[in-house]
Amino acid sequence: MSHSNVNKGILRYGWWSRTNHWIVAICFVLLTLSGLALFYPAFFGLTALFGGPEPTRIAHPYIGVFMSIFFLIQAVRFFTDNLFRRYDVQWVKHMPDMLSNRDDRLPAVGKNNAGQKAVYWIFLLTVPILLITGVVLWRPWIADGMPIWALRWAAMIHAFTAFIAIITLVIHVYSAIWVKGSVRAMTQGRVSHAWARHHHKLWYDDVVNNRDPEGQTRPQARTTTTPERPKEP
Amino acid sequence: MTNHWVDIRNADVVLSMGGNSAEAHPVGFRWVMQAKNQNNAILISIDPRYNRTTAVADYHAFIRTGTDIVFLGGLISYLIENNRYAQEYVREYTDASLIVREGFGFEEGLFTGYNQQDRTYDRETWNFETDEQGFARTDPTLQHPRCVFQLMRQHYSRYTPEQVENICGMNREMVLRLWDLMAQTSAPDKTMTILYALGWTQHSIGSQIIRCGAMVQLLLGNMGMPGGGVNALRGHSNIQGLTDIGLLSNLLPGYMNLPSADLQDYQAYMQTRIKQPLLEGEVSYWKYYERFFVSLMKDWYGNMATADNNWCYDWLPKLSEPIYDVLYAINDMTEGKANGAFCQGFNILAAFPDKAKVFEGLSKLKFFVIMDPLTVETGEFWKNFGEFHDVDPSQIGTEVFRLPTTCFAEDDGSITNSSRWLQWHFKSAPGPGESMTDTTIMGALMLRLKKLYQEEGGAFPDPILNLSWNYRNPAAPTAEELAQEYNGRALEDVLDQEGNVIRPKGQQLKDFSELRDDGTTACGCWIYSGAWPQEGNMMARRDNSDPYNTGNTLGWAWAWPMNRRLLYNRASARPDGTPWAPNKAFIWWNGERWVGADVPDFPLTSPPSAGVGPFIITQSGGGHFFAAEWLNEGPFPEHYEPLESPINRNPMSPTNALAMSNPIARVFERDRANFGSNEEFPYAATTYRLTEHFHYWTMHVRLNAIAQPEKFIEMSEELAEELGIAVGEKVRVSSKRGFIHAVAVVTKRMKPMQVDGRTVHHIGIPIHWGFKGVTKKAHLTNTLTPFVGDGNTQTPEFKSFLVNVEKL
Amino acid sequence: MRGDQINLQNVIARSATTVPSPQVRHGGVEKVTKLIDVSVCIGCKACQVACSEWNDLRDEVGECDGTYNNPQDLTPESFEVMRFSEYENEQGNLEWLIRKDNCMHCAEPGCLKACPAPGAIVQYANGIVDFNSEHCIGCGYCVAGCPFDIPRISKKDNKAYKCTLCSDRVFNGLEPACVKSCPTSAIMFGTKEDMLDYGAGRVENLQERGYANAGIYDPAGVGGTHVVYVLQHADKPEIYSGLPKDPHISPTVELWKGVTKPIMSALLGASVLAGFFHYMIKGPKEEPEDDPDPEKAAQAREIDRREEDRP
Repeated sequence: MSHSNVNKGILRYGWWSRTNHWIVAICFVLLTLSGLALFYPAFFGLTALFGGPEPTRIAHPYIGVFMSIFFLIQAVRFFTDNLFRRYDVQWVKHMPDMLSNRDDRLPAVGKNNAGQKAVYWIFLLTVPILLITGVVLWRPWIADGMPIWALRWAAMIHAFTAFIAIITLVIHVYSAIWVKGSVRAMTQGRVSHAWARHHHKLWYDDVVNNRDPEGQTRPQARTTTTPERPKEP
Repeated sequence: MTNHWVDIRNADVVLSMGGNSAEAHPVGFRWVMQAKNQNNAILISIDPRYNRTTAVADYHAFIRTGTDIVFLGGLISYLIENNRYAQEYVREYTDASLIVREGFGFEEGLFTGYNQQDRTYDRETWNFETDEQGFARTDPTLQHPRCVFQLMRQHYSRYTPEQVENICGMNREMVLRLWDLMAQTSAPDKTMTILYALGWTQHSIGSQIIRCGAMVQLLLGNMGMPGGGVNALRGHSNIQGLTDIGLLSNLLPGYMNLPSADLQDYQAYMQTRIKQPLLEGEVSYWKYYERFFVSLMKDWYGNMATADNNWCYDWLPKLSEPIYDVLYAINDMTEGKANGAFCQGFNILAAFPDKAKVFEGLSKLKFFVIMDPLTVETGEFWKNFGEFHDVDPSQIGTEVFRLPTTCFAEDDGSITNSSRWLQWHFKSAPGPGESMTDTTIMGALMLRLKKLYQEEGGAFPDPILNLSWNYRNPAAPTAEELAQEYNGRALEDVLDQEGNVIRPKGQQLKDFSELRDDGTTACGCWIYSGAWPQEGNMMARRDNSDPYNTGNTLGWAWAWPMNRRLLYNRASARPDGTPWAPNKAFIWWNGERWVGADVPDFPLTSPPSAGVGPFIITQSGGGHFFAAEWLNEGPFPEHYEPLESPINRNPMSPTNALAMSNPIARVFERDRANFGSNEEFPYAATTYRLTEHFHYWTMHVRLNAIAQPEKFIEMSEELAEELGIAVGEKVRVSSKRGFIHAVAVVTKRMKPMQVDGRTVHHIGIPIHWGFKGVTKKAHLTNTLTPFVGDGNTQTPEFKSFLVNVEKL
Repeated sequence: MRGDQINLQNVIARSATTVPSPQVRHGGVEKVTKLIDVSVCIGCKACQVACSEWNDLRDEVGECDGTYNNPQDLTPESFEVMRFSEYENEQGNLEWLIRKDNCMHCAEPGCLKACPAPGAIVQYANGIVDFNSEHCIGCGYCVAGCPFDIPRISKKDNKAYKCTLCSDRVFNGLEPACVKSCPTSAIMFGTKEDMLDYGAGRVENLQERGYANAGIYDPAGVGGTHVVYVLQHADKPEIYSGLPKDPHISPTVELWKGVTKPIMSALLGASVLAGFFHYMIKGPKEEPEDDPDPEKAAQAREIDRREEDRP
């Protein structure tokens, strides 16, 4: 038996999911910082983080392409968990309750709630747009061969899309801070049974019933015991 | 130029013909734009192409290359028949009233006296009828059938608007429109300036085209007038200086002539050169020829030249040919008659026609010396440059010496511009590497020759051994010394008629009025006398004050002759001495003397009542319509087709094969086979310069190369479509003499023309680019051009020949 | 003329800068303008060569593309080019329109608006819009911002270049190099007022010569320019090798770099603050306690045994 406590709780994100997430996350933060630096004069000081203005300009697109690759992997792997389901509609209708911490009024959801799914889909939409428009603007490699109208549209779309993506990021980060236990899920991979039951009841049930793909790494450890399902609130 | 650059701004009509002044003379063109914008002048551009001048012109017309005499001859007829010439001017200031000797005639394109055998004229009949005193007879009413005016009228009556349209390919309405515009300058208060360049000169009839322009200006009363004149825009910065200083094989400095072989006797020579007045009381300035000549010989041979030995006349070479021009010299090389050659500042392989022949000539030499600041094509004619100059060095025995020279900014000296201004320039930097100034090289060469003659003797050592060579450093005469020499100095006290000393011994002369024919003065170039008088270097003056607001800045540099800016300026005033019009006031009689904005081209105190003619250089005192002895083709310019013509007859003389092309053009026997027919080579080609380049040397300059990097030719959209050639495609242009490759510039600026019942297409071929330099490498344009020159000057016919074009 | 007063105190606009430029000094500096009279231009390219000489530029030796245009386009080493176009007018007559193409020095410069590098693009009180290359980061936004397609990014140093209107010469009381070199006075230089005045005279002259639509090109869409043209056909500027008829900063650029820029930045800040206040007001969603029932906890522990396959 290991002295490590890394096996306490339910496995929500495997090592690769976490690594993948954090690669994307770090890149995204760097892109946000460098992008903002080039977007608005007030943030220009952020270029210092990258070794100066020109290194910032050079680094930004490379980080972007790098992130896009890992984002794609993550997006594929997380795809099924983020398909919208009927109960998501119910969940959305209870938004005010959710925001006011009246969690007991929320419907049971799967591995991700509608908010998390929305984040997924927003990123799935914005990242490719940022990638494409960013590539159009990429100097010195691509932009020289682009017509000026394309540069203009690309620059505008890139800025607006980035705005949406960054707002989403802020919400995403805040949610993690707000919902205690979430950070542990993405750093250590596991959540407590109570957390899982509380926030993602349907997923918890799946886990218990061994239907969660993230938990199927050790099939011999399956249990035959089905814990009692808590009553629907 | 009879006038000068700045004076163009005084014109009311600017005719740019036989030149593309904006293209080739962009800096001087500022005065054209000033004429347009400040004097509300009209700019007319007549050219085979719509060119850079045309781009800012008010009117333009396409003309078939080489047919300018037809247009101008038609204009002469139009002016006379419609009474739109300057009557008083023509009557008083020209030879119109002089009566021509009986027997003179013109028939079927030939003047009287033609000798078909040796293609020359006996000019006996081309002269005036004289009275007992030797003065010409006149008819001031201009009615005598043999007076110049009537003969001219008769001659040009054949040049109808129909013929102009037929031969020049110019729309008749446009012809009449342009003639009308030009005719308006026959008014006393209006002038037209003619700006021409090599587009008139470089034809087998080039001199006659220019003369025809001068006749138009005389008829319109535009000679000697501000904003008038016939103005040659010279092609090199100092080419005016070249002719002034006598660097043509048949000239001595100051447009004196080298004697021909039949003039072994000094007096006989003088008799042909001293021109006595044709009318009583006229000046006829060439009557002082002996003063100029003797002073030149005193300058060259110092004390050795005496009255007793005819000022060393015998030491002068005598011409056995009319002119040993460059074509002649090259021909001699190919025939093995010349063994060695010096080529100084001259890229002969690129710049002369029929490159293959020039190459052959150079290849047959024993030695060849090239003096140039750049490594030009000529210096490496023996090297293989692949497809652009595919020669076999192992077959060439010529020993080539390259002497690197400095360029103009690396030496002091004067440059004579088109305005006849001698402008002094100062050395701004030393030349690179082992380069030396041309004078240093020539000085050293002279000393070595002298030493060789001293030590080894020779066939005729005297002219070399006795040549004056009194320079501080004999191996390197300075520009100042040479300039003082061409100004001239007093060898003894110079006296006036009363015996007063007007110039003490040893002093610099004031001007050529102080020259004497008794050996007391020495002068290297009489027309330059006054450039460096006792007061100092006039050429270095930089005072641009213009007190009369005529653009005449007499304190700026120095102009020959006598610092006179406008030749024949006496003609700017009426016979009574008052200006023709207030806005054209230039020189006038103030009751005691001639005064005004310029140095009067006239005896200063000769009153109008004396009736002396304003053209003091001519024998009659008037401008000459009738060129009795000066031109080889005849007294009146006549149209002849180029040696290679896109049409099969000369529509002016359709039945006489002898009058198809210039009847006196000199064609070497072997070149006769090198003319192409319009069946094989159907397109009329013309060559020219571009503003981005200067001849063959700016292709060594990066910025010029950037501005115009690659050889191209120009053709009309119509022809391009016919030949299936698209913009920017490579084509092969060939003539009977060779071929070149170039990019096709397909343009609306060239148009097919209807000429004598057929369609004539022009191909424009810029001369630049070669197999040296930093531009894209190319064939030399003059691979294509024919080996024939103007009938008088032998200037090659670069502007009219035939080519074929194929898509590559 | 005192339009020659260029120094850092006279920068009236600066790219990507939140600190406003000094506004107190006024009066001494007049707006300068270069007037290009197309009707007087002979296309000799002296200006092009003078520009390269003064600015120490040596472009590549190119090729002939079947026209007189060379270089065929602006490059980082060709701040200006002559553009030749053959135009057949309404009467069917050919006109060879030759336009010197270079930075127009807009009163409202799109490049400056688009530039993200503080001080890389400045506008002087005399109207000159200048690139300070040492601040340039090579992003190329100026290319997208310019309504006239002028700036070019160098492959050598990844910096943007364009005509400076010879600000260094003007600062020292000289005219721009192109003006100095122009043989026909097709390029003039002076205060904007003087140039418009001179241009009006030229337009009048052209109208007298039959160019009914002659006019000055000083497009209002960019607040006017400090390079103005005299055109024979001012109603059709596009025939002059595509001179834009109504140039203005593109709406896309406006959307990108206009008021949306601070608004979006503010919204981002607001979203962060919103989170903070939400947290403060509503508090976190605390992690729920695990079931205290030991049996159930044991069951749960059983499930936990699904170990992660850590590498």
